[in-house]
Amino acid sequence: MIEVKNLCKSYGNKPAVDNVSFSAAESEILGFLGPNGAGKSTTMNILTGYLSSSGGEALINGIDILEDPVAAKKDIGYLPEQPPLYLDMTVDEYLGFVYSLKKCKLPKKSHLDEICGLVKITDVRGRVIRNLSKGYRQRVGLAQALVGNPKVLILDEPTVGLDPKQIIEIRTLIKRLGKNHTVILSSHILSEVQAVCDRIVVINKGKLVANDTAEHLSHNLSADHKLTVQIEGPAKEVQSLLNGIPDMVEVHMNRTIDKTVTEFELNAKEGADIRREVFKRMAARNYPILLMRSSELTLEEIFLKLTTGDFYGNIENGAKK
Amino acid sequence: MTAILKREFASYFTSPLGYVYLAVFYGFSGLFLWLTCLSTGSASLSSTFLWMFFIMMILIPVLTMRTMADDKRQKTDQLTLTSPISLFGLVAGKFLAAFAIFLIGAVIMLIYAIFLSSAVANAGNVFGWASVWGNFVGIILMGGVFISAGIFISGLTENQMIAAIGSIGANILLCLFDIISGYVPIEWLSNVINSLSVFYKYREFTYGIFSLKNILFFLSLIVIFNFLTMRVIERRRWS
Repeated sequence: MIEVKNLCKSYGNKPAVDNVSFSAAESEILGFLGPNGAGKSTTMNILTGYLSSSGGEALINGIDILEDPVAAKKDIGYLPEQPPLYLDMTVDEYLGFVYSLKKCKLPKKSHLDEICGLVKITDVRGRVIRNLSKGYRQRVGLAQALVGNPKVLILDEPTVGLDPKQIIEIRTLIKRLGKNHTVILSSHILSEVQAVCDRIVVINKGKLVANDTAEHLSHNLSADHKLTVQIEGPAKEVQSLLNGIPDMVEVHMNRTIDKTVTEFELNAKEGADIRREVFKRMAARNYPILLMRSSELTLEEIFLKLTTGDFYGNIENGAKK
Repeated sequence: MTAILKREFASYFTSPLGYVYLAVFYGFSGLFLWLTCLSTGSASLSSTFLWMFFIMMILIPVLTMRTMADDKRQKTDQLTLTSPISLFGLVAGKFLAAFAIFLIGAVIMLIYAIFLSSAVANAGNVFGWASVWGNFVGIILMGGVFISAGIFISGLTENQMIAAIGSIGANILLCLFDIISGYVPIEWLSNVINSLSVFYKYREFTYGIFSLKNILFFLSLIVIFNFLTMRVIERRRWS
């Protein structure tokens, strides 16, 4: 559906996108993650034909955006970082303009009604866009991208400026759209990407640093099999019990939560699963386990590791395993 | 193109711009009609047209200043340039919308002519329609050139004020070629500059001379400026 091969773009001498390749299949939601200035918007602008690349190619539905832009653009709905709204128009006038601009063939009234219902702007359709709040403007921008029911949706930070309730609504909508559209969604909000996307592409300083599902990314990155546990019982005794577990490499006492509860960080041999053993030993002595979680990295941690460059090598190692 | 044309045309009336332009145009044309015809008893509109030519030089940049600049500033060009329309359709739509507003203003001159001709006929004289048509076609073509130049300059900047001032400067320069050519000592260069002169060719229309050569000259200027606008947009994508 979308194929990006060795895409490059530089502004003057400064490379903004450096040899980036990825693809998105039909009905896939691809998350595009990176810190500010990483090249997310530039890549999206190239994909939509707003900017041209200085190297590589971008195919939408097999059509090169540079070779046949008009045909390629027909399949794209684009919500840029700043919604491209004409502030002097009413929502209805604006969507009508977009409808004719995109040479849309669907029945106008029912199509626009449906879109307005989807993004919940039906009650502001008669109002001038200038007078709308940021959240509404964002949703009008999203509505604009949906006009013509394009197969590919490219959304640059679609939930910026929305309140938490609206964010959930829009995420649900995007998930629903993802069932029959190809969606590329950029964000620097990691939980959003984790909640919505099938696959995540991470870019930093114009370079692709990861391209995988959220689960794989987190699994591959936390190579050491660590557990965090909170156990109620005498700390010293619990520690020695834990130390007795085969495959255990290190038991580290993190902190005492209250007089009887202690938190430990357990570091086992790679590939070993010590969760059952921990349970059995504590159960035998009647020391309740109040918390046990694997220290697999959260997306936040992965993101920081990837973008600060420390763990670049680690993903490749992890992937090979 | 029609989508752009309709939106741009409507946008002149959702902001004060269209109204202000037309009000100033009608106001000055009325003032000059009174000064050059009604108060002196002359039945020739030529002087009125000439005054309006100078007013247009300053007024049309106001009409065109935001065409491209505002799209860039508000980022609405991200919508138009990622839509399945051609660059030609985009520029042509904007040009025609501004041109339509200009025509709505310019038509007042024909209404004055009808009014004057009936007054002249009542007095038993013949009204010089040839000169009116020559003048009218002249300002229409000139308006087209000013509009296309204005849109081109608007495409160079994000700032409407810079676009307006730049366009006024460019319009004045276009009309100064006559005078400049007189001061160029090298004969061939002076001829080249003189042949580019807009004002000289415009003057021929005002005498009621319709020369195909001059019409083509103005039309090509319009095409060239619109083409340059397309290049400017295209170049921005590649920068």
